[in-house]
Parts: sequence; structure tokens; C-alpha cells
Amino acid sequence: MSYVAIADRDHEQHMHDPQTFITKYIWSQDHKVIAIQYSLTAIAVGLVALVLSLGMRLQLGFPDTFSFLTPDQYYQAITMHGMIMVIYLLTALLLGGFGNYLIPLMCGARDMVFPYMNMLSYWVYLLSVLVLCSSFFISGGPTGGGWTLYPPQVILPGTPGVDGGIVLMLLSLVLFIIAFTMGGLNYVTTVLQARCRGMTMMRMPLSVWGIFVATILGLLAFPALLVTGIMLLLDSTLGTSFFMPALLSMGEISEHEGGSPILFQHLFWFFGHPEVYIVALPAFGVISDLVSVHARKNIFGYRMMVWAILSIGVISFIVWAHHMYVSGMNPYFGFFFATTTLIIAIPTALKVYNWVLTLWRGDIRLTVPMLFVIGFIFTFINGGITGLFLGNVVVDMPLSDTYFVVGHFHMVMGVSPILVIFGAIYHWYPKITGRMLNDRLGRIHFWLTLFGTYAIYLPMHYLGIQGLPRRYYAMGDTSFLDQSTQAMNAGISIAAFFVAAVQMIFLFNMYWSRTRGKPSGGNPWGATTLEWQTPQTPPVHGNWGEKLPVVYRWAYDYSVPGAADDFIPQTMAPDDVPTTDDSYHGGEGEHS
Amino acid sequence: MATAIGILILVIVTLLFHFLSPWQFTEIAADWGSIDFAVDLTFLVMGIVYVLLNGFLIWVVIKYRHRKGVKAHYEPESEKLEWWLTIITTVGVVAILAPGLWVWARVVEVPVDHEVVEVVGAQWHWSFRFPGEDGVLGQTAVREMSVDNPFGMKADDPAGRDDILVHNGEVHLRNDTNYKFLLRSKEVLHNFTVPQFRVKMDLVPGMVSYQWLKTTRTGRFEILCEEYCGMGHFAMRGSVVVDENAAFEEWLSGYPTYADILAEPEPDLAAGQAQYAVCSACHGANGEGNAALNAPNLAGQQDWYLERQINNFKHGIRGSASGDTFGAQMAPMAATLIDEAAVRNVVGYIASLPVSGSPATVSGDVERGEEIYGTCKSCHGADGNGIWSQNAPRLKGVNDWYLERQIQNYRQDVRGSHPQDLYGKQMSLVSGVLRDDQSVKDLVAYINTL
Repeated sequence: MSYVAIADRDHEQHMHDPQTFITKYIWSQDHKVIAIQYSLTAIAVGLVALVLSLGMRLQLGFPDTFSFLTPDQYYQAITMHGMIMVIYLLTALLLGGFGNYLIPLMCGARDMVFPYMNMLSYWVYLLSVLVLCSSFFISGGPTGGGWTLYPPQVILPGTPGVDGGIVLMLLSLVLFIIAFTMGGLNYVTTVLQARCRGMTMMRMPLSVWGIFVATILGLLAFPALLVTGIMLLLDSTLGTSFFMPALLSMGEISEHEGGSPILFQHLFWFFGHPEVYIVALPAFGVISDLVSVHARKNIFGYRMMVWAILSIGVISFIVWAHHMYVSGMNPYFGFFFATTTLIIAIPTALKVYNWVLTLWRGDIRLTVPMLFVIGFIFTFINGGITGLFLGNVVVDMPLSDTYFVVGHFHMVMGVSPILVIFGAIYHWYPKITGRMLNDRLGRIHFWLTLFGTYAIYLPMHYLGIQGLPRRYYAMGDTSFLDQSTQAMNAGISIAAFFVAAVQMIFLFNMYWSRTRGKPSGGNPWGATTLEWQTPQTPPVHGNWGEKLPVVYRWAYDYSVPGAADDFIPQTMAPDDVPTTDDSYHGGEGEHS
Repeated sequence: MATAIGILILVIVTLLFHFLSPWQFTEIAADWGSIDFAVDLTFLVMGIVYVLLNGFLIWVVIKYRHRKGVKAHYEPESEKLEWWLTIITTVGVVAILAPGLWVWARVVEVPVDHEVVEVVGAQWHWSFRFPGEDGVLGQTAVREMSVDNPFGMKADDPAGRDDILVHNGEVHLRNDTNYKFLLRSKEVLHNFTVPQFRVKMDLVPGMVSYQWLKTTRTGRFEILCEEYCGMGHFAMRGSVVVDENAAFEEWLSGYPTYADILAEPEPDLAAGQAQYAVCSACHGANGEGNAALNAPNLAGQQDWYLERQINNFKHGIRGSASGDTFGAQMAPMAATLIDEAAVRNVVGYIASLPVSGSPATVSGDVERGEEIYGTCKSCHGADGNGIWSQNAPRLKGVNDWYLERQIQNYRQDVRGSHPQDLYGKQMSLVSGVLRDDQSVKDLVAYINTL
């Protein structure tokens, strides 16, 4: 029997609508509920990481005034902050949250293709978060080995959490990877198999492209972390020597022999660098859609954008050792990895150009999501530029391991994706809840967050150029640092507290608008993509009612000449488009 | 409009910050101006990109903000424009990458005429080894490491006999000389960084990595560990002193070769006992200490620690700070030990003395003290017996009033502030965890229970 697409077998589908509260909201198999579960869990654990960072900033900003963190606790805070933010917040929120919500809706599917596995993915993710957080409550506390978990030090005495924290960390990562794999296979399969009629790959919104390629990267990269984690677990619990050479610890010669610490770093960053793009690509995709909707203009160079996402995805697998220029690996690697790293800058730069060129000759609505788009473009330009410093091996030398690096990766991997996430929440909240977020609060939130975070991270670059090392609990008196360094550190800390406080405005807005926000209607922004065309808002189980949507055009028919409205939904058949005059010749993709 | 102004303000602030910030590169002390050039070039190219892109963004946001009746332009793509942008970007990337790789080729290739120094990293201190007259470093192995052989020298390798061992966090270098640093770690990753040298490289246990540079000016520079190496990472400091030739030679001649160390005689206890007569006046005949005279007990303390402290007193590294009244008393006493052998003899004699208990005189909250001791135990050991490889002396059994005073001295920079007292500096950095006087009492009260 020949293959029949899922979209053509819709009549065979029996949607077992959940009846009880538990099946509807807890053991739910609906991708939208799972998305919200993922998002709320990720935000909750992200708040834990935020509090940890405030503890660190208290210590760094006012080392003589507040010393409630010991060095052990400081390093534990650093480690947990980094790991939670990168894996348990950003990865989970962008893929588990946005991926789950947007893929079926934007592709015109009724749900993920494996709903049960999707549900399982969330619950295993929750378990991994709980295992991770339980390490706060065991004796010795969580691991303080740094988020990169470099052996030998991460499993040797002298590092906090060697008694149990590291074991829980590794177990939690293993669980997370299992959860991610179940979710990831779902996202990829759904994109490939469950798109509605007419939704060709080259008509997909860039959000879906970004999440799709990021998921493929994750499915290829996380296994490297899995085996690394398991090997490290064996080194730590059974005394094997995968990564452990002969060494002298605490005055005693250990039993280890012959392992390679650098091997760990290669494996870790083989995962770790694609991980950067696992976060970045969904953000790139979402930003592309937001900029297009709110500038009422098609995304500039759609095909180029798709190719850029794909080529970034591929190249991201051969740049990993730029994290290791000063690791003691063969320095000749530097030539290769510096070259690949600067090559990946080219498609990335093209994406930035295309976002700005989308605004160019647009009809820019300065809505709250658009503010976040502009803020993102600004911070991403900044973070991308400093990336070219650190990617160029010889420029990296004096800057590596300093605050320049901290400033860079927080700008590019902290502030930028978080601005995208905020923009996306302001954009899609009406679809999720049927109500608008408060506009005035949103604007206040945006400006204070943008200026506040910039005040945190811009100075860090210069402190780093001066030579201020990262991962230092205290500097003490040093001859090479300018006297004003400590004052700047105090200023950064104050900015950090300010930014953290500002986020309460956002949380309040999310809570308040849920019941009291202005009703949004089904398509408040006048967007073309499918999620805005659902028969109900919020969409109900099965998304589309009786009939699956049919797509006639690409996702970016905004301000088409001659069309009556400044957007044409993807579901609009060519003959149904209301026109004003004869200049209408159809939108892009109608003819393809 | 407000949006564009907001971004414009940020761009202007960034540019002002760049030119006005007091935080710039340190004055360079190695012949790596080419690295600084690569950084400056990157700043120039990227600065232009930053201004152009953000300028365009700001202009676009102003010019194309929503106006009634104006529709957006419909143009899905422009192949020509995209090609141009790709080409220009590629040119920009090549403009910074090519010089970067050219400089990197110099960083990687060590010139033929160079001197070798081995840098040894360990939790949480530095030590150094010079190859001696034969110019060859002897072999080492982790299995050989012990309190008497901290470098892990292999006794059967003749090349190691003339190696000069600097078991001290301060190293001197000759000015205007090419140096190749061979980097070795005893247990975890470290990173040998001197900001003024620009180059840095990790030390990886199980292998030897390297970096090279040419010294270009004299002076004292700080060594920082820049790869996270556990709790004491931030306190892993050292010093590089770049000297003119004569001063360097004089400094180096003060350090023993491995052969010298092997040939050291056992301490002469009889001679040590005679020398100890001076000490016994205050520290007591059995080294039991005397609180009334502010002299701590000595019996039971590690010999390597006593030796180091006596030498510190002798050389004005300890006891010379203002406010250190009791340390100042000790300095002339230490000076009566005229040479290394005398110091070793007296330390050897102290080691032979019977250990007596130390009565508790300080009281505090033991439970809180135990919490605080969590930081101390990484070096001094959970049992307070001290750990030689961390250079941390025994605390258990030491007079509590003495511990309290010394901890206060570290907190108040009375001890540990001399530039050559690197282990003391470590303590003054770590003593920051003690918030107030009561914390010190609580901690000492806990140590009493060990």
C-alpha cells in the first residue's frame, strides 16, 4: 500500500478529547498544555538560577560587606546558575515550550505525531529538574565544578559537591537527555510528516525552521553529552580512568592512571557548541517571524534565511574547539577552528542584515514584541561582534578566561535569547490565553530590561580587557587592576539587582492579564501564519475543529500590492483574496 | 522615535565607554605587540560594523515607522543585494582572520634560541624548575611525589640532578630573553596567566603544554590561575619578577639543585637543641608555648611549615608589617639562626619534642564554627592535621589564642600582605569568609574540638 500523508488521513483520526481535569491539565497529551507545562517549569527553575546569580553578584560587588557565600557556595552558585540557564531554562523553554506550542499549530497539524511520548517527555524533564534541585538539599550540596564539569577537579576533593552533588547533576543530565530525545523525535517527525496540505517545507514559517533544525542539532549533539556524562559518572563512582590521569590529590597519590582530561573537553564541547545554536536557531526563527508581522512586511530573503539556518546548523558541528584555544590541546588546531568559527559568522551576519532589511521600507508598528525585536537585534549585534574577537584564536588569547568572555556569552546567549523569549511571549500570549498582555507594563519592562542588562554586561568586556579573571570568588589587592574596578563591580551588581526586580513586572503582567487583560480576538496582530487562523482562541484540543487547514501561500504575504488588507493568511485561496485594484498579482508562492 | 533614540543613546554610551573607560590593556611586558595589534585591528573593523549596522537600524526605525496610509514595500528577496552583502562580509572576515592566523603562527612556533622554565601548578600554588647547567629538565612522575619530593623528580635520571627547584610562588626571569614555559599540573587543570604577557595556556595533568614569550621590561607581575581548579582557585596567585641579568643570576643562585637537596644531611639534633635554647625562653623547653609571653606552642607542628615561617621572619617577609607587634619580636630571634642548616637543625629538634595538649581558652558557637571550617578543610584537612601538598599547616592542637590572633592578622592585612608572602596572601584572601570577630571565635572553638 502506498504512503498516504497524515494530512490526507484526517478522517481516520479519532480525537479522544480529555474529559477530566487530570487528563486535561496534568497527564495531558495535548501539545499546547505540554508546552505550557514545559514553559512554566523552565521559568520556575530559571528563577532559581536568577536568585543564584544575585548571590554571586552580592559577593562580587560587595566582597567586604556581604559575605554570606563561602567560596564553596559561590562556586556551587556559579555552576548551578550556568547549567540551569543553558539547559533547563533556555533549551527546555525554546524547544519544549515554544517547539511544542508552535510546531503543530504553525504546520497545521492536530497535535504532535506521538502525543503520549510527548507527555512522557515533559514528565521526565520535570524529574530531571527535581533531581537537579534535590542536590541543594543533600549533604555537601550541589556540585561546584563549574557548568562545564571539567575533570579531574569536578570529582576530586577541594571541589564542593564531590560527595553526591556531581552524581545527581550527571543523573539529572541523563534524564534531561532522555526527555529531550523523546520530545525531539516528536518535533522532527511532526515537521516532516504532519504538515497540512499545501504546507511545503519552503512555505514553513522560520520559527518552525529554526526549531526544526535546532532539534536535529540536539538529537545529534546530546548523545555526545550522554556518553560523556556516563563516563564521568563511572570515573566518579567506580574509579575508572576515562578522563583521569595519574595525579596527586590532597597530598595522596590517586589510583587513577592514563585518562585524558582534554578528551572530556572535546566531547563536552562537541555537544556544547551545537548547544549554543540549539538555543540560537529557535530564537533566530522566532525573531524572523516577529519582525515580519510587526513591520507588516515579508521577511527579507526567506530562502537565504532557510539556507543560513541550515548552514549554521552544519558548521556548528565543526567549531567546538574554539572553546579550547588555551586548553593545552595541540595549538595547530587553532588554525582550523578559528577559520571555521569565522566562517560561521558569515551566515549569521546575513541573518542580521536580513532582519534589518525587513524593517527597511516596512510599516513598522512599535508594538511591545517589536520593541523586543529591536532590542534583540541591538544586543545580538554586540554579542556577535565580540564573538569574532573570541573566535579569532590569537585575539582570544589575552581575553580568554576573563570577564570579556562572561560579557560576551551573556550578551549573546543570555540577554539576546531572553529578549526573544519575552518578545515571543508578548506576541503569542493572546493566542495562548485569549487576552493581551498589558501594553504599558510591557513597554516599561522592555526599556528597563534592555538598559539594565546592557549596564551589566557592557562594562564586563572592559574589565576583562584589563585582565579581570572570571571564576574568582574575590580579587583582593592586585597591582594590575585599576582602582575603580571594584566600584564598577559594585555598579554591575546594583544593575543586576535592578534587572531582577524589573522581571517582577513581567511576572505580574503575565498573572494579571490572564484574567484582566484586554480580550484579544483570534488574530490581534493581523498575522498570516496558521496559529492565528484557528477556529477558537485559545485553540481547543485538535486545534482545527472539523477540517484541517489548507495552505495556499508562504507565511509572509504582508502588504501585498493591490490586496485590500496588509496581510493575507496562509489559508487564503488565491481567488478569495480581497483586492482594491488591478495591481494585485498574487503573493509570493501562490504560483509555486 | 523614542525607540530609535533609546538605541541611539546605547550606541553613543558604548562608544564613549570604549574611549573613556579606565579599563584598558595592561602595559605589555612581552614581545607580543602583534597580539595587541590583532586585538586593535579587530576593534577597528568591528567598531565600524557596529556603528554601521546600528546606525542603519536606527535610521530605518525612524524612517519607516508606521504612518497612516503608507504601506510596506513588497519585495521578497533581492539576489543582487544578498550577494553583495555576502561578499562584503567575507572580505571583512578575511581582514581580521588572516592577520590573526599570521600572528598565531608566531605564537605556536617557539624560536630556536630560548630558555626553558618549567611551571608547576598544584592546588593552589605555583612552583618552578630551571633545567640547570645541562639545559635539560630531568624526568618527573606523579608516583614519585611526596613531602620530600614535591616536584616528583625521578632519582635515577641524571639529567635531573642539576635542575634548580624553586618551591615558591615567585619566579624570576631574565629581561630581553625568549622563554619557553613548559606547563605541568599535579592534579587538576590550571592556567598560567600573567596579564602583561598576553599569552596564557592551561596546565593539564598527565601531559605537558607550553607557551613562549620574550620578556621586554623589568618589573614585578602577578601570576593568576585562570582555569577553575576548585575552591581555592581565586587564591592561586604567584609572582613573576623580570630582572636584569645580574640580579637574575643572584636570585637563581639562592635556590638549590635537586642534587643539593638529595645531599642535605639529616638535621643535627644536638646542634638544634643548642640553638633552641634561645627559643625556649618564650616557647618553653618542650615547645609547649607560653600564653603570657604570646609565644605559641611549636611541638607537633609540621617541620616544613616551621622552616618556612622562620625563614619568613628572617627575611622580613613576616613580622615586618606595622601592627604586628609580636611578629616583630620574633624577627630578631629568627635572625640568630645564621644559615639554612641552623634552621633545619632547630626545626628537626622541635620535631623530636613531645606533643602536649593545648588548653581551650577561646569559646564560641562550635556548630557555626564547623560550618565555617568547611572552607578551611580543603587545605588544612577535615581533621585539622594540615596537608603538605596544599602547604597548609596543622591547626589541631595549636594554641587557640594564637590561631585567633593570626586569623585576625590575616583579616586585617597584618599578615599576608608582604608581596613575597604568597601563602599568607592566600590566607588573607580566604579569611574574607570570616564576617566578624565572633566568627573567628566560633571557628577557633570548633578547631579546639578536633
